[in-house]
Amino acid sequence: MFGDFAELVLENVTIELDELKIALRPMVQQMARAVAHPAIEIPKSLIPATFKKPLGQYTQSIQEITLGATKGQGGTRGNTITIGGHTAPAWDLFQAPPKHVPIVAADVFDMPISLAKMVKMHYKEVLDDPAEWAKLVVNKFGADAVTIHLISTDRAISDTSPNDAAKVIEDVLQAVKVPIIIGSAGDPVKDGPVLAKAAEVCEGERTLLCSATVDVYEDIAIAAKKHDQLVLSWTSIDINQQKELNRRLFDWLTPEQIVIDPTTAALGYGLEYAFTIMQRMRIGGLLGDEELRFPISSGTTNAWAAREAWLKNPELGPRELRGPIWESVTALALLLAGGDLFMMMHPAAIKTVHDLVGWMKERQQIKPEEYPDWTTLTIPEGV
Amino acid sequence: MAKLPGPLEIYPLLPGTNCKECGEANCMAFATKMAEHTVKLKACTPLFEDAKYAKKLEKIQVLVRPPVREVVIGVGENAATIGGKLVLYRHDLRYSNPTSFFIEVPDNLEAEVFAARVKAIEDWTYVYIGTNLRLDGVALRGVSQDPKTFATAAKKLAELSDWPIMLCSLNPEMLATAAKTIADKRPLLYAATMDTWAEVGEIARKHNLPLVAYAPGSLDNLSSLVNTLRAIGLDDIVLDPGTASRTGLGTTVDDFTQIRRSAIIEDNELLGYPSLATPISVWADHREGEAPELTKWDEVLTASALIVRYADIIVLHSLDMWTNLPITFLRSNLYTDPVKPVAVEAGLMEFGDVGPDSPVMYTTNFALTYFTVESDIKQGNVDTYLVVVDTEGMSVQSAAAGRKLTADKVAETLEEYKVAEKVNHRILISPGMAARISGETEEATGWTVKVGPRDSSGIPKYLQEGKWKEE
Repeated sequence: MFGDFAELVLENVTIELDELKIALRPMVQQMARAVAHPAIEIPKSLIPATFKKPLGQYTQSIQEITLGATKGQGGTRGNTITIGGHTAPAWDLFQAPPKHVPIVAADVFDMPISLAKMVKMHYKEVLDDPAEWAKLVVNKFGADAVTIHLISTDRAISDTSPNDAAKVIEDVLQAVKVPIIIGSAGDPVKDGPVLAKAAEVCEGERTLLCSATVDVYEDIAIAAKKHDQLVLSWTSIDINQQKELNRRLFDWLTPEQIVIDPTTAALGYGLEYAFTIMQRMRIGGLLGDEELRFPISSGTTNAWAAREAWLKNPELGPRELRGPIWESVTALALLLAGGDLFMMMHPAAIKTVHDLVGWMKERQQIKPEEYPDWTTLTIPEGV
Repeated sequence: MAKLPGPLEIYPLLPGTNCKECGEANCMAFATKMAEHTVKLKACTPLFEDAKYAKKLEKIQVLVRPPVREVVIGVGENAATIGGKLVLYRHDLRYSNPTSFFIEVPDNLEAEVFAARVKAIEDWTYVYIGTNLRLDGVALRGVSQDPKTFATAAKKLAELSDWPIMLCSLNPEMLATAAKTIADKRPLLYAATMDTWAEVGEIARKHNLPLVAYAPGSLDNLSSLVNTLRAIGLDDIVLDPGTASRTGLGTTVDDFTQIRRSAIIEDNELLGYPSLATPISVWADHREGEAPELTKWDEVLTASALIVRYADIIVLHSLDMWTNLPITFLRSNLYTDPVKPVAVEAGLMEFGDVGPDSPVMYTTNFALTYFTVESDIKQGNVDTYLVVVDTEGMSVQSAAAGRKLTADKVAETLEEYKVAEKVNHRILISPGMAARISGETEEATGWTVKVGPRDSSGIPKYLQEGKWKEE
């Protein structure tokens, strides 16, 4: 089978014998290799080789940020939570496990809002009571922290006052003992005064104020400085904008007061942009960038913007599973990119992130024989 | 990090004849595209066909060989090419050859059930931004543990489908009989182990087939196994360091990461091969009577983690929409070229045979938002104008919150593209997510704003009902 084809090639050229192999076209090469088989000696036993851990060199650690303050620290929280502090890319356990594991903050709103049905079903009893809502997410869903979103302060919604907002915050502080996070409505006129008031009523609590943006940051930074609070520096999928905003915040804040958020887009609807920016921020921080060395927050609830998460369509399978798996996979991708703080809603997705963090936080000794032989597994039919 | 060659290193190894057979203007242009990894070397046909370039060909193949080799499974147009990875992080360039999804079929299924399952695998699809998401191959498992049954099933499978096949058994005798039966389909052999490398290696060599090196729980063992297989003369190798789920997930993610990092950053040739993950392993923990949804949930998580962390091929059991939509979406997202612009051009788009009575909608210029809206308008089949507002590539929700989408911006865009001259009405349909700026938009534009659906999947119905015209 080798003969004719090889001759055809060889007719037109004069080459040295050891060049012959490479002169042949790939197909001929393959045939040649098949013919040449007997020449290779089969080793009698395994030829040992060793593997060297591919350690990286990083010059700086991610900033540690502590949320909340206990009585002894001037606040009223039952516990504090520290995030960040990493010395390696996310989950590169061979290099270093995470210094502090990522946490979940559950979203609570100060008024009933429209939610995907699969989310709403878990909250319908508490939609008009933020304090009860906060208790539910902490006591029943296991949230590490609570984010109270003051959306009613928006001029286009209910235009409630900063003092009204303060009342809601006080109720939530009373209702739960975990650290709390304050979210503004996204109203350029109201956000500053509302978050300034929040910083004041949370005096001593070391709460995270969300968010400072390139348009609205000064009032928030000033209030955070005055009342020793934390600030979420929120930008929109633009790493240079993130650096710029952080530089501006440095005028008022110390590195212990900044958490960054480059915006979370849903799985299937721009997740890759969030993923890559978070990964670049984490690595940039480790490699010495002073403007990016901060723990990263993700508004993971945005996963529900994907229609595949909530559409009622039997062809796509039960949305009771599709919705929470969508939020879970969005979170998982961003966990692996380097997220530290996940703002979430569906109880199953919250539990999944806690599970994942537990499963990934350190290497296990797994013996070769403990890996199952999946080639012979019996899986129930029709499943 | 392994350095990727530049055009000036590639150019001297090309024929230099500027023959244009590759479709480029000259050899330098081809070298530049080679360096950007937007063309493949095989497009330079003279290099392969003319013996006088033999030395150049040998050198250039070494020069441009990716730190993670490419392996081809199957034959013909459905063949799966895996590996060929150039970078550790997608932002360093891009990821090539999206993770291949192989779905398992047991060899001992009844003929009808067997055929139905193969068909279901081939038929699984979903339309996502204008493309059909699909699965990639069939993993035939030797559950029967009988070589004859396995070989018969392999033959049957090859008759039923021209999709790439993976033959899965840790018993070399099983692999030998099945490989012999369908060797011309170029199946991937699973697997050679620390105990069976000599026998399985021989099967792969005899039929010239790609094979998986499986050494769970020790990267030293995996390195030794590959070292030995290479000594036998094998080079189409796929690595399986073992997949553990749940409490073992972090260890598995770490193993896959170390392998890829070693190959790309430290140029470790021994592990410079595609890697294989088996989320199907979660079924070993499935207990009779337990809700299968819980096991499927774990399978999705395991698959997702390893799609992110460098698996080039994965083996799955689940075939549901709710399990495979998130992972096919995730794969699409991560394998998108990161230099692909986030934004489309602003402007006025026309769908169908538009006229003065046609509705006018607006959206933002974030590419994904735009393409989703475009596809929904087309689906609605109503002649429509769509005003695309420049929000610097942000979605409606983010742009409205981040003040990139404002009433003034909308007014400017209407003005710039002279929308008022196109229609005889002054009604603008706003995205539901931009409802909060509708009042300001009416003031800024002088148009009546009707708030459309919150999600664009509601557009077809909204347009067909025509309620936007009502007072």
